[in-house]
Amino acid sequence: MNVTIQEHTQSDSATTLVVSGEVDAYTAPQLREKLMPLTKQKQEIFLDLTAVEYMDSTGLGVLIGAYKSLRAQGGRLVLVGMSARLSRLLKITGLTEIIDIEDGA
Amino acid sequence: MKVQLYQQYRELITSYLQDKGEDTLYAAQQMSKWMMEHKIPPEEMVSAHAEVLKEYLPNLPKEVSDSFKILLEMMIGYGIALREHESLLNRQKELEYEIEVAVGMQQTLLPNHSPRMHGLDVGVISVPAHRMSGDYYNFVDHDHSSLGVALADIIGKGIPAALCMSMIKYAMDQLDHPTGGPSGVLGRLNSVVERNVDASMFITMVYGVYERENHKFRYATAGHEPGFIFREKDGSFEDMATKGLVLGVAKEISYEEFSIHLEPGDAVILFSDGVTEARVEGQFLGRERFKELVRQYMHLPAQEAVEAMYQSLYEQANYELKDDQTIMILRRPK
Repeated sequence: MNVTIQEHTQSDSATTLVVSGEVDAYTAPQLREKLMPLTKQKQEIFLDLTAVEYMDSTGLGVLIGAYKSLRAQGGRLVLVGMSARLSRLLKITGLTEIIDIEDGA
Repeated sequence: MKVQLYQQYRELITSYLQDKGEDTLYAAQQMSKWMMEHKIPPEEMVSAHAEVLKEYLPNLPKEVSDSFKILLEMMIGYGIALREHESLLNRQKELEYEIEVAVGMQQTLLPNHSPRMHGLDVGVISVPAHRMSGDYYNFVDHDHSSLGVALADIIGKGIPAALCMSMIKYAMDQLDHPTGGPSGVLGRLNSVVERNVDASMFITMVYGVYERENHKFRYATAGHEPGFIFREKDGSFEDMATKGLVLGVAKEISYEEFSIHLEPGDAVILFSDGVTEARVEGQFLGRERFKELVRQYMHLPAQEAVEAMYQSLYEQANYELKDDQTIMILRRPK
């Protein structure tokens, strides 16, 4: 029941966060603490979710918070490498319509 | 109290030093309990011990009696910790009481009985995982000709979700005679939620209206787990079409409306994702297994059916449901 988050800075304006493990009510605050300050500093954040085994609605809440924060200053959030289950969750919640998604690298 | 304590303690020590009896040790345990009840700090015990020992052994080396002063200082910290613990216990009792009141208030946000409508059999069950629920449902009776139903799942559980629920409830109350149908209802709720919640909060919701005259269920969804339609003629299930962003994320979203025609015996089954994400033998229950569960109880009246479904789920999940569970059935009688 752990999450690890690694940052790979690409440039002054873009960065990638590689998330692995489970993002649920217990671990979502760790993701939020890492992600939210970056939304104020960067224009583009890529969130690599390839190694995320499970994400619940609290995790989705963090993604939405980051999306809103970036959008407010003209930036964008890009989700990369989502499992079938996560894709379904984003499709049902309608988030695929507003958040950019790219296939795994 | 001090003198009495001192005398009792002296008796204990004297008796124990003479016969090393088990019953004296037991008496010491009892005395220790009594002291905690009477909030006597541990340093007083050390001080009593030193006094008794000096009296019992007049030739007690000075080093030994002096060393008790160190022990006494050490115990003062424990005494403070004990008092803090007590004050936390009291605080916890107050919080318990406040939560109890909040639980009662939350109950008043939910309808206190399923609506009785000629030409529609309605059943609903909603059970929180903890004390307060993040699932919400409501019925809106439109002059007996149609019935509005809402089922919402607020992100998170507990108190924050419950506070958000009250907002949905009062926003819905403002929509007494909704114009624009289910799409209009969700559109208006979305703008209320979007303006009023924290950035990482959102709500999934399905809102539908059953029209008694033409047996139509018109609905729209906002990111909610799709429900099923049960077809009486062959016992099959159809997944309800869904499209629409969760409430609270973006402004001015429009929600598409869908429509289903119910034949006699057909039913609409709505639920929160706590149901399909219940863990049964280490796996999510999932939609297919939930359909099997629903099928087993469709011979019952709607209210009895949802109760039996919940009970069966609760047993299969080994009495450990980690999320709120809501199941609603709307069935056109055979």
